[in-house]
Amino acid sequence: MNKKKTFFLKGAKIIDPVQDLEFFGNLLVRNGKIEQIGPDVIESEDIKVVDVSGLLVVPGLIDMHVHLREPGEEYKETIETGSMAAAAGGFTAIACMPNTNPPNDNSGITRFIKERARTSGKCKVLPVASITRGQKGQGLTEFGDLIDAGAVAFSDDGLPVSNPAVMRLALEYSLNFNTLIISHSEELALSADGAMNEGAVSTRLGLKGIPAAAEEIAVFRDIRLAELTGARIHIAHVSTAGSVEIIRQAKARGVRVTAETAPHYFSLTEKEVEGYNTLAKMNPPLRTERDRRAIIQGLQDGTLDAIATDHAPHSSLEKECEFQLAANGIIGLETSVAVGLETLVRQEGFTMAQLIRLMSSNPARILGISGGSLAPGMDADITVIDTEASFTPARDNLFSKSCNSPYLGRKFKGRPVLTILGGVPVFDKKGFF
Amino acid sequence: MGNLKAKHILGISHLDRDEIAFILDTAESMKDILERPIKKVPPLRGKTIVSLFFEPSTRTKLSFDLAAKRLSADTVGISASTSSVVKGETLIDTARNIEAMKPDIIVMRHSMSGAPHLISRYVGSAVINAGDGTNEHPSQALLDLLTVREHFGTLEGLNVTIIGDIAHSRVAHSDILAFTAMGSRVTVCGPATMMPPEAEQLGARVCLDIREAVRDAHVVMALRIQKERQGRLSPFPSEREYSKRFGLSKAIVPHLRKDAIIMHPGPINRGVEMSPEIADGINSVILQQVTNGVAVRMALFTLLLADVQRVN
Ligand SMILES: [Zn+2]
Repeated sequence: MNKKKTFFLKGAKIIDPVQDLEFFGNLLVRNGKIEQIGPDVIESEDIKVVDVSGLLVVPGLIDMHVHLREPGEEYKETIETGSMAAAAGGFTAIACMPNTNPPNDNSGITRFIKERARTSGKCKVLPVASITRGQKGQGLTEFGDLIDAGAVAFSDDGLPVSNPAVMRLALEYSLNFNTLIISHSEELALSADGAMNEGAVSTRLGLKGIPAAAEEIAVFRDIRLAELTGARIHIAHVSTAGSVEIIRQAKARGVRVTAETAPHYFSLTEKEVEGYNTLAKMNPPLRTERDRRAIIQGLQDGTLDAIATDHAPHSSLEKECEFQLAANGIIGLETSVAVGLETLVRQEGFTMAQLIRLMSSNPARILGISGGSLAPGMDADITVIDTEASFTPARDNLFSKSCNSPYLGRKFKGRPVLTILGGVPVFDKKGFF
Repeated sequence: MGNLKAKHILGISHLDRDEIAFILDTAESMKDILERPIKKVPPLRGKTIVSLFFEPSTRTKLSFDLAAKRLSADTVGISASTSSVVKGETLIDTARNIEAMKPDIIVMRHSMSGAPHLISRYVGSAVINAGDGTNEHPSQALLDLLTVREHFGTLEGLNVTIIGDIAHSRVAHSDILAFTAMGSRVTVCGPATMMPPEAEQLGARVCLDIREAVRDAHVVMALRIQKERQGRLSPFPSEREYSKRFGLSKAIVPHLRKDAIIMHPGPINRGVEMSPEIADGINSVILQQVTNGVAVRMALFTLLLADVQRVN
């Protein structure tokens, strides 16, 4: 018996959205697997007991949209530091986007990412390979070879496929592998040179705007192509009310579409950009209060399936500069739970089970990976959350190599305090082990 | 005499009505100096004003330089292209280096909105925005206010119509904010392709019909039309059509109030946004705008440095 990977979590509130369980009880992990879970699982003498009373025990969180910057921009983040940031944010699996340098468009890069993740050992890293070679929007990558190497989905995130015929090909070809295409939905001709949401605030700040239509046209295009081909499509980082409505209608007529949004789209608006705050610059941009409300409604009624952070590390080189020149993106792995608790649970009345479904069970289902549940027999990927812990994100308490977050200095209540990966504590804020 | 609350002049959006009025009053007193045979007074002797023009400009830079010299300040300036960024030095580094040479005021023009706001966070000297991207050009709006106030004796209740590329004009942006702050009503007009999204929230009424737009206007201002920029989609089909539909020419005169004044921030594309008869006509106050530009900039220097002295 592997003693290290065997322990007893005692006295927690346990939530498993997949088994529809929510109770006070215990959880027994043996050899890195969940063995028993229930209100009256009994501890045995030879097993280490970890007292987590007063805390929440949930399935390890899964972030299906992050940027780890390795290979190519290791000064912003590495697979190692990104994995540690993920663990500190309660994530046991993250899907990393292919827009590295070189991009993840061949099995060599995919294997490299898997290998780096394995040696760091803090988090499962699931590579998303690019749809087209070099993310150039033309020839398809070798889906079969990439899947064999460990790719879990395909996306040209960051440099969206602009030619609809190429997107159609990708969707058709995905049927051979029953794999997932993730759409970064953006009509580039409309968003070109835009630096923030188009509207009242962009007019006030004299910045070129990105209209909501630039996203919505592309969302509709890719949904329509999924409908045409019968393939699965996942819409990344939904930011507008119009996109939510287009997805809602598509789901109603049976299109195989799923969608994610990011914590910043349900907690912040374009107002954050005032003062030319580059920490509020991302793509798609922060939108209006009306959009924010629609995103929350979409999460509430199941139109939006998942919360993904779009964790996008940038150094001060890319952020301390003219707004127009600043890079798009913010980090998100370490603040996602805090923001979800504050906005969705406390302000909007979501249940914890709903939040965990959005942050763990649904991403697992969409990616077709195991996880998102605490059912006996599964890997012991477990996150323990202290909903009362005070947490103020700051440069010196984040594990990510970058600190480009609009939430710096904001006081939150609640954060993950223990993250267990395959029975191994990879983040242990309070010294439980 | 009051004081300016603002430490920098970044935009009209950072000034309130009292501050604007105070600047205009000060500028009026500066005009007296400009009328004297010897147009130089000593208040800013020993002060250094650095102008950083990252975008080509002749008139605005000259106006700021003259204003400084009239007040006996030392002036130095660089006219770099924005490509200094390409050369590897960031704007923040440039600003810090200049700051290390201890200027009192930095006057800055830059092609990107918010650039003066950015450097104002890194330097101790006062920053005057001499035009940033498509955001603001506050000293231009102030000189426009001064010109109109001189002419009509007030700004309250006047109708001001601005015609042209409102969406990409920092002059229009600052003017809308400035005139509405002082109690004027602003109408903007031009091709719909040149109207900013949600222009109304700036305080302006959008009117796409030029005759209607100018009908009750006390002030009609035409903006410079940028010659078609290469590689960009032109927002109107041709200069010919623009001048016919939106240019100020004799044909528009019957629709104007008799006492309406004509303004232009310059330089004029004669025959495009304005015909020569209008530009040189008796209702034109375009050259008064230029004179008032020096007075307004003298006022800004004086008030900002008075403020610095007070704080220290
Ligand atoms: Zn994306």
